[in-house]
Amino acid sequence: MTKEPQNRGRFGIHGGQYIPETLMNAVIELEEAYHRCKEDPLFQRELETLLNDYAGRPSRLYFAEKMTKELGGAKIYLKREDLNHTGAHKINNVLGQALLAKKMGKTRLIAETGAGQHGVATATAAALMGMECVVFMGEEDTKRQALNVYRMKLLGAEVIPVKTGTATLKDAVSEAMREWTSRISDTHYCLGSVMGPHPFPTIVRDFQAVISREIKEQLREKEGCLPDAVIACVGGGSNAIGSFYHFIEDKEVALIGCEAAGRGIDSKETAATINTGSLGIFHGMKSYFCQDEYGQIAPVYSISAGLDYPGVGPEHAYLHDIGRAKYVPVTDDEAVDAFEYLARTEGIIPAIESAHAVAYAMKFAPTLAKENIIVVTLSGRGDKDCAAIARYRGEIIHE
Amino acid sequence: MSKIKNAFANGKAFIPFITCGDPDLETTAAAVRAAAENGADLIELGIPFSDPTAEGPVIQGANIRALKSGTTTDKIFDMVRELRKDVTVPMVFMTYANVVFSYGAERFLATCQKIGMDGLILPDLPFEEKNEFAPLCEAHDVDLVSLIAPTSKQRIAMIAREAKGFLYIVSSLGVTGVRNEIQTDLSSMVQSVRQNTELPCAIGFGISTPEQARKMSGISDGAIVGSAIIKLLEKYGKQAPKYIGEYVKSMKTAIVA
Repeated sequence: MTKEPQNRGRFGIHGGQYIPETLMNAVIELEEAYHRCKEDPLFQRELETLLNDYAGRPSRLYFAEKMTKELGGAKIYLKREDLNHTGAHKINNVLGQALLAKKMGKTRLIAETGAGQHGVATATAAALMGMECVVFMGEEDTKRQALNVYRMKLLGAEVIPVKTGTATLKDAVSEAMREWTSRISDTHYCLGSVMGPHPFPTIVRDFQAVISREIKEQLREKEGCLPDAVIACVGGGSNAIGSFYHFIEDKEVALIGCEAAGRGIDSKETAATINTGSLGIFHGMKSYFCQDEYGQIAPVYSISAGLDYPGVGPEHAYLHDIGRAKYVPVTDDEAVDAFEYLARTEGIIPAIESAHAVAYAMKFAPTLAKENIIVVTLSGRGDKDCAAIARYRGEIIHE
Repeated sequence: MSKIKNAFANGKAFIPFITCGDPDLETTAAAVRAAAENGADLIELGIPFSDPTAEGPVIQGANIRALKSGTTTDKIFDMVRELRKDVTVPMVFMTYANVVFSYGAERFLATCQKIGMDGLILPDLPFEEKNEFAPLCEAHDVDLVSLIAPTSKQRIAMIAREAKGFLYIVSSLGVTGVRNEIQTDLSSMVQSVRQNTELPCAIGFGISTPEQARKMSGISDGAIVGSAIIKLLEKYGKQAPKYIGEYVKSMKTAIVA
């Protein structure tokens, strides 16, 4: 296992706590509370019950037989996080953090959201646990993901459209951080990815690590071995780190993160941070960011609102540095093709984020032998994306 | 010895903040001169950042306008070089960690020293991370100014003991911006600071009126004002320096009265 990050959340040189002094005691309290809960069997039992009975875990590991045959290479398994309650992996982390916040005596959750999946999950947990909920969402994304905005409101959350900057995920994170500095005592910032200041990258990873723990068990049962590769999409990187975590020490398992290349890594319209970015300090962490020579954060682009972020979690930056994981770019076009391919071939409509992982698997599987096994994490379901993909194909549908 | 100390030598200090390049660097230079001529004791120069997470809407706007006008760190250095030919008031940069980091911290701080900047304020660099830049700041005689927040509590002693230049006391929770009322028990915060350091401390965030400035500098060693000045720039654009001069004069008069 990779151990606890050393030195206030350092993964190699990445991570840290680059945040205003106003928030320091809040993150220190959060870290202490998290360690208490982590060691508390009662907390762990409560969380497990929620994950199993409420969120529907364990999620299925499905052998995609048709896809495997068509592509004619490695056996492809799909880890079905899309089948979780609320339709994505985000619920794993949110139930953990909401329960933790409750134990800390917090009564209000705030969150950022890109595609809206994390916002929906947070609104869901808040409804379940009787907490207040405010979600910050880039105005651009509230348009791209109107259905999720409605879902959040239905669940009792307030959705605040963020108009600053590029009006996307990074601006939603900035605004949520600003809100947290103004109201700390009753409020927990339920961060949705393995990013931000320590301890968030560690907490979110631990709550998402259930994905790789299950993959390992399920594949042992079905095939009696480890996979040759695990593939997941990476924005901030929470479903990817969750899918990788329990395989990090198994050096024979290739770990592949798929970044959103947008219109291509040679264009400016990309969000492939590790492929095109450089080292920087932003949103509480040292990691790789898309930025200019003066450190101004770049206005990134991807068709996927959930991957449209100019940074990447510090543990991914570290796994990249040491060569343990590989990060590949996948364009909008490739992702949309994969979105349609999976719907047609397996009868599964993946989130456009997850379609980035499917797209790479489609290229990668044929290069492997029939006895090889790859696992692709479907981080979420694609209902939310249907209108946008239709638009991408020039078809207007009315929801 | 740090020049920042001089800023607190003429009674209570008035410290205006100006985002460089809003609306352009010529206006910034004129605003700095106007502030210095009208009694500013220390001037905070903001280097714009694309995503200023500690700022409220007013200063966010200034950052956007400044970047739109093509302002860069290098052009700001040039402006300071020019200003330093006649402006002697102590000046510090206020920006975000990534601006310094991506420029190359060594190169950034060496330039600061060369052009005569006296300090650096980074709101996203708490005590725990200050070693990222503190040794280089020290090597180049640039005071890395620490902030103390209403939530700092038991952390005040630790921060104050290692502070440089002056202590920036954040008056309220939240981001920068004008506030009608400041409710934090600032006297006891200042008291805790003074138990741990000889350095002066100034209060910022939310101060805009002469009465507020008088009250805040009454319990500390000075008042820092940002958003109220940026609003003048927003309103008057290139004509703002004149109004900034008048405003600084009224504020300085209020706090020494």
